[in-house]
Amino acid sequence: MDVLIGQLFTGLSLGSILLLAALGLALTFGQMGVINMAHGEFIMAGCYTTYVVQQVFSSAGVSLLVSLLLGFLVGGLLGAALEMGLIRYMYDRPLDTLLVTFGVGLVLQQAARDIFGAPAKNVLVPEWLSGGITIAGAVVPKTRIFILVLAIVAVTALAAVLKTTPMGRRIRAVVQNRGLAETSGISSRFTDISTFFIGSGLAGVAGVALTLIGSTSPTIGQSYLIDAFLVVVIGGLGQIKGTVIAAFALGLLNSFIEYSTTASIAKVIVFVLIVIFLQVRPQGLFTVRTRSLA
Amino acid sequence: MTTALTERLRDYPRATPLLGFGLAAILLFGVAPAVLSDFRLNLLAKFLCFAIVAAGIGLAWGRGGMLTLGQGVFFGIGAYIMAMHMQLADAARLGNDVPEFMEIAGIRELPGFWQPFSSAPVAIIAILVLPGLIAAILGFGVFKRRVRGAYFAILSQALAAALAILLTGQQAIGGFTGLSDFRAFFGFTLSDPVNRQMLFFIAAGTLLAVVALIRQLNNSRYGELLVAVRDAEERVRFLGYDPANIKIVAYVVAAFLAGIAGALFTPIVGIISPADIGIVPSIAFLIGVAIGGRTTLLGPVLGAIGVAWAQTSLSESFPSGWTYLQGVLFIVVVGFIPAGLAGLWPLFKGWLDSRKPAPPTAEPAVGTEEKVEAR
Repeated sequence: MDVLIGQLFTGLSLGSILLLAALGLALTFGQMGVINMAHGEFIMAGCYTTYVVQQVFSSAGVSLLVSLLLGFLVGGLLGAALEMGLIRYMYDRPLDTLLVTFGVGLVLQQAARDIFGAPAKNVLVPEWLSGGITIAGAVVPKTRIFILVLAIVAVTALAAVLKTTPMGRRIRAVVQNRGLAETSGISSRFTDISTFFIGSGLAGVAGVALTLIGSTSPTIGQSYLIDAFLVVVIGGLGQIKGTVIAAFALGLLNSFIEYSTTASIAKVIVFVLIVIFLQVRPQGLFTVRTRSLA
Repeated sequence: MTTALTERLRDYPRATPLLGFGLAAILLFGVAPAVLSDFRLNLLAKFLCFAIVAAGIGLAWGRGGMLTLGQGVFFGIGAYIMAMHMQLADAARLGNDVPEFMEIAGIRELPGFWQPFSSAPVAIIAILVLPGLIAAILGFGVFKRRVRGAYFAILSQALAAALAILLTGQQAIGGFTGLSDFRAFFGFTLSDPVNRQMLFFIAAGTLLAVVALIRQLNNSRYGELLVAVRDAEERVRFLGYDPANIKIVAYVVAAFLAGIAGALFTPIVGIISPADIGIVPSIAFLIGVAIGGRTTLLGPVLGAIGVAWAQTSLSESFPSGWTYLQGVLFIVVVGFIPAGLAGLWPLFKGWLDSRKPAPPTAEPAVGTEEKVEAR
């Protein structure tokens, strides 16, 4: 029984990490139909932000809180710069944008390698997050619970922003019907940039969270990116609840299959399951219904 | 412009394919072995393998609009099957039950999935059939359900990631370090320079055959349908064709070619590891295709050779410089010159003959052979 509970928490934890990584991706993909391959490197930027901040603040607790804020800013600014510098010229070519942002990712990765060195860097975990809590016989590390809470907070905050603020209304309007939104006087340029800022900022936050459970290397973002993509594919576009359900489903599925087989075979099984899932729902769990053929 | 010159220009494309083919054959079979050292020739043979993969990507991505980010999967399947066969053949020649690396790892019994590949015919058939079969199954599952665009790109990439992780985790297939130290290729000792030259000739001959095959496909009715599906999938559907079948064929051909290239890559380079087939190498296959001109026949082939050459010569002197350049190439070429270097040719031609605006995908149009389209 406690093994089952343990696997359940491993799955929830993996799900919350995937959710943090995929949330911003879902937002930018939903907004522009563009897949940002540099998203993984924005996660990495968040990781290194934490590392740098910790060089400044001696208290691990203070530095974590500062990093969460700064990570969001760094990721967001990188995202906004990418949107303004490249993506806006390529709205009508989503597949090419994917490759261009992959190029940006390569450059950022190599830059990180040159600045911080190829070996992995470790970040100190605050004292109040070390150790674990025993839940129903299974020991769960506090850092994992912190990430789970962080993911829930991030989703709630994003949902609140989208639902209640004027900017959120503008974002939803542009997602649902760009042309009509522009006709109503919404600046879709400004909305695009702010969406990219928020989405990429969330990637930065995900990066900060990742430093709590592992070490930071230039390729850390890449290793989470594919799974984050798959979450977006399963979840469908345009609605946060699809991303949330897909992230936790994928996390739990991974942890339980991994438990009964091995980590490497689990990846293949999950992939096959996803292709089978797409047979039933090719557009993912939830979509915004349109009448177009494509 | 005089009539004679116009006629000559009009005749020019008809003679080009044969002329070009002959020239390429002379260069590959005559000039290259005479001019290049054994080491450089082997390097060129490796580049030719990448060019074979690129030709397939040109068909699937350039002509068919399917962004295949996972060609490393099919390349890897071909490469690993060839590697397994060579390991087993080496072991049999030395009188061992298992390949050397297994003995070192403490594996005394040959795992079941290795056994079929001790036979050369089985290995060759598997190399020719397996990549295409997997592509067909995935393509069927994806395209029939009208999953396309970025979704397909992500899935193909996830497949590459899954295979790389799977191979890294299996000690019985070399794990992270992969398979290496092959002694012979179907009985021909690999340390012998003559046999290495033979490998180069096999790669060169395969590449020429592949280019001829792709050219026939492009100029056939099927090739036109493929481009039509890329540009207006729904219209093709309304005309009574099933776009899924058309796409699956191109995807399968691309996978088939990547598998062959992988099988040649292993004996030429002498090592295959998960690092050669994962996400980054899979996407890196695309850059040469993009630079050369993805929609053209020769663009992907020449682009792949050029990029591989640049990578080898640059990363010798500036290891980190190459990664930057690769990133910048993706940004500049895909972002701002989507037609690639070949896209500059129509501009030049248009300047030469301003009366006739050149089509963006300048192909020497022959179109006399009509293939019965396989549907």
